[in-house]
Amino acid sequence: MTSNFVIIPLLIPFVVGVVLIFFKDNIKLQRIISVLSLITTTAFAAYLVQLVQSKGVLTHELGNWKPPFGIILVADMFASLLVLTASIVTLCCVLFAFHTIGERRERFYFYSFVQFLLVGVFGAFLTGDIFNLFVFFEVMLMSSYALIVIGGTKAQLRESLKYILVNVISSALFVIAVAYLYAVTGTLNMADLSQRIAEANQPGILTTIGMLLFIVFALKAALFPMYFWLPGSYSAPPPVIIGLFGALLTKVGVYSIFRTFTLLFYHHPEFTHQIIGYVALLTIVVGAVGAIAYSDMNKILIYNIIIAVGVIVYGVTLTTKAGFEGAIYYLIHDMIIKAALFLLAGSIIRITGTTKLKKMGGLIKDYPLLGWMFFIATISLAGIPPLSGFIGKFLLVQGGLESESYTFVGVLLVSSLLVLYSAIKIFMSCFWGEPTLSSGQEKVSLKGVLYPSAILLAVSVFLGLGAEAVIPYVSTAAQTLMDPSIYIQSVLKE
Amino acid sequence: MEILMSIVAGILFTAAVYLMLSRSLLRIIIGTGLLSHGVHLLILTMGGLKGGSVPLLGEKASSYTDPLPQALILTAIVISFGVTSFFLVLAYRAYQELGTDDMDKLRGK
Repeated sequence: MTSNFVIIPLLIPFVVGVVLIFFKDNIKLQRIISVLSLITTTAFAAYLVQLVQSKGVLTHELGNWKPPFGIILVADMFASLLVLTASIVTLCCVLFAFHTIGERRERFYFYSFVQFLLVGVFGAFLTGDIFNLFVFFEVMLMSSYALIVIGGTKAQLRESLKYILVNVISSALFVIAVAYLYAVTGTLNMADLSQRIAEANQPGILTTIGMLLFIVFALKAALFPMYFWLPGSYSAPPPVIIGLFGALLTKVGVYSIFRTFTLLFYHHPEFTHQIIGYVALLTIVVGAVGAIAYSDMNKILIYNIIIAVGVIVYGVTLTTKAGFEGAIYYLIHDMIIKAALFLLAGSIIRITGTTKLKKMGGLIKDYPLLGWMFFIATISLAGIPPLSGFIGKFLLVQGGLESESYTFVGVLLVSSLLVLYSAIKIFMSCFWGEPTLSSGQEKVSLKGVLYPSAILLAVSVFLGLGAEAVIPYVSTAAQTLMDPSIYIQSVLKE
Repeated sequence: MEILMSIVAGILFTAAVYLMLSRSLLRIIIGTGLLSHGVHLLILTMGGLKGGSVPLLGEKASSYTDPLPQALILTAIVISFGVTSFFLVLAYRAYQELGTDDMDKLRGK
């Protein structure tokens, strides 16, 4: 019975997504159904986290076929925590969409696509089969294609062409990698794969396949040489969709890198993990350069996504428990705070009608609440002590020092400074100074726009202040990542 | 046989990469079509091309070909079919709205 709880977070958005198609024109009903379903999903995800904490890794064999022959869903603590975070983020984004996305987009299946996106994301987190991971990637990407182009403005059409092309190529590479992996090992189940790779002691061919998979996931996660598509694609759609993408899509790539290189290809870290480490460091550097170079609010926040992805992916090369805990903590924090920042940026765009920093100023007089919320989000992003960004970075620094990667610690600390500079630049030029809006312009009502970001900020503050309540869960997740045999034994039950 | 098929798949990949690096959007989409053909052929090849009956139990043969890669290909085919049709419609819309299919002219500001 308990094993069914693994599949429920996946089933709810799937069924709801289908149901919503039938109510195309009844927007009110669509809103009610999607909010109710997202609250239920969040509740089930929270329950799943509790269950995994008390009972260990949960598995669900689809159709009662024993692994490695059937498809299996595996909820370990890492996946469950991410499912919970993703459902909270989506709930807040959908609440924000009510007042900002516009009736035209809502009528064209916006809420259905969000639910299907969630199906893909949850499936990618929970699956225990590498081809199934590919299928859930495609579910997620197809919904994201639709979401990135919904509304059909010129910029959206232009950027989505590039986004789709990049993802078609990366999907083809994924299938190639799966084909090679199948030819070498003869299995697709991750736990079984892990055992067979360990038995063969990961010869050169498997290391090559591992690096091919790394390229695929790096394309999804926007790591250093493969990040080129992200700034353009993420500046086209409306803020709420960028918030959703920034919080969920790249993080699925990050999750897959963690899964692959802690469970499957961990036998020759001196080669694979070293390359990942260099790539991650360069990602932080290019992200930081982009974040300080632009004077466009969206671009600055988008380059901050890239920095955070680099920071988290470096965590996979840290060999200590503190390093893994830091990476997981930072991943959860980053999903929440990036969504909050994009939603707040969406509110600012609603007032000023522009993303150019030079054209705004003095908003603090009329919108003090928005201003101080943005300030809290900014310092949380940079990692100032009482807030959630601090603990993740603190654990990462601790892990970096323990495993003697001093370059990483240096880069991380300097990058925090640059992140703070880039985000405070938005705050100062947008909220302080002389009001640049002409006096004739009316005060824009922010009714209903601010509270989704307030929820996310509250979660972020809780992650910071209530760290003692969260750490046991993160610690369990790190334990499972450190020791692949926990995962293998709960899947294969030998 | 596997070597021959690998070479064919390699030629398909070469042609796909060449087409995808060109300026015209339609050529790029043809390139993605060739890329997915190459990928599907590669799955089939990587599953092994030993002789054997078709995977139907009614055949009562002593050995069968591997059914798993065929199922994987079937899944990958429908997925790439869905993506390609979306991509084609998107290209059509983009041509109507933006008035060009030249990727060099499809730049952001």
